[in-house]
Amino acid sequence: MVPLSWYLMLSAVLFCIGVYGVLARRNAIAILMSIELMLNAVIVNLLAFWRFEDPLGATGQAFAAFVYAVAAAEVAVGLALIISAFRSRETVDLDQITLLKW
Amino acid sequence: MTVQQIIFLLFSAVVVAAAVAVVTVRNLFHAALWLLLSFFGVGVIYVLLEAPFFAAAQLFIYMGAIGILIIFGIMMTRGMMRGLVPPANDQWWLAGLLAAALLLVLVVLARQVLWPATAGSVADDSLRQLGLALTDPQRYALPFEVASVLLVMALIGAVTIARER
Repeated sequence: MVPLSWYLMLSAVLFCIGVYGVLARRNAIAILMSIELMLNAVIVNLLAFWRFEDPLGATGQAFAAFVYAVAAAEVAVGLALIISAFRSRETVDLDQITLLKW
Repeated sequence: MTVQQIIFLLFSAVVVAAAVAVVTVRNLFHAALWLLLSFFGVGVIYVLLEAPFFAAAQLFIYMGAIGILIIFGIMMTRGMMRGLVPPANDQWWLAGLLAAALLLVLVVLARQVLWPATAGSVADDSLRQLGLALTDPQRYALPFEVASVLLVMALIGAVTIARER
């Protein structure tokens, strides 16, 4: 049996790698990929707590399913926004998309 | 150390290494391939957690749908793939510091709690339990419907935003 804390450590490491990617990458699509890493870390957490605290119920699995739905919606809208911005600005470098910056 | 623990450590190493590659490699297409490897490793972790439905969903939704979407996105915004500019911006060291601090806080917090050492066995019909919970009006039927409406709205919105005018 793998202890619960191991899953939590893996999830924490994965989430922090995602945080670094979101804050440090230039490319908008790379940031989207980092967000996917963070969402994966969250699902690992939810399923690990479900497995150890409530294995006979379905609450943790239901929440994980909702995270899947939200992740799919997020990546679709995010990519549409990036493609739209690329059409008008010819770049996906977030350092150069500064229209809302003062 | 049991076989399960060895498998867990092996695939955790794969997941973490692939994730580090995702946020550091210069070529965005390679980053997407590393992301797929990372998704696969997480799917193996779901198998260890005895959630086979989510392992399959990981393969279909994340590696299939989301992976293809991201690769399409990379191909449609080409020009950033050439690797002329460094992949990280000027504040990457600050970002690394912040992420390391967050990791430290999470690990310290997680070590202070006394987690249950063993878990009971999963119900034989856990997938059926999930289906019943998602369709039971007393439990998650409403959030389930809201999630489906959200998906439809997001996909229609994505088509509208990305359409060529």
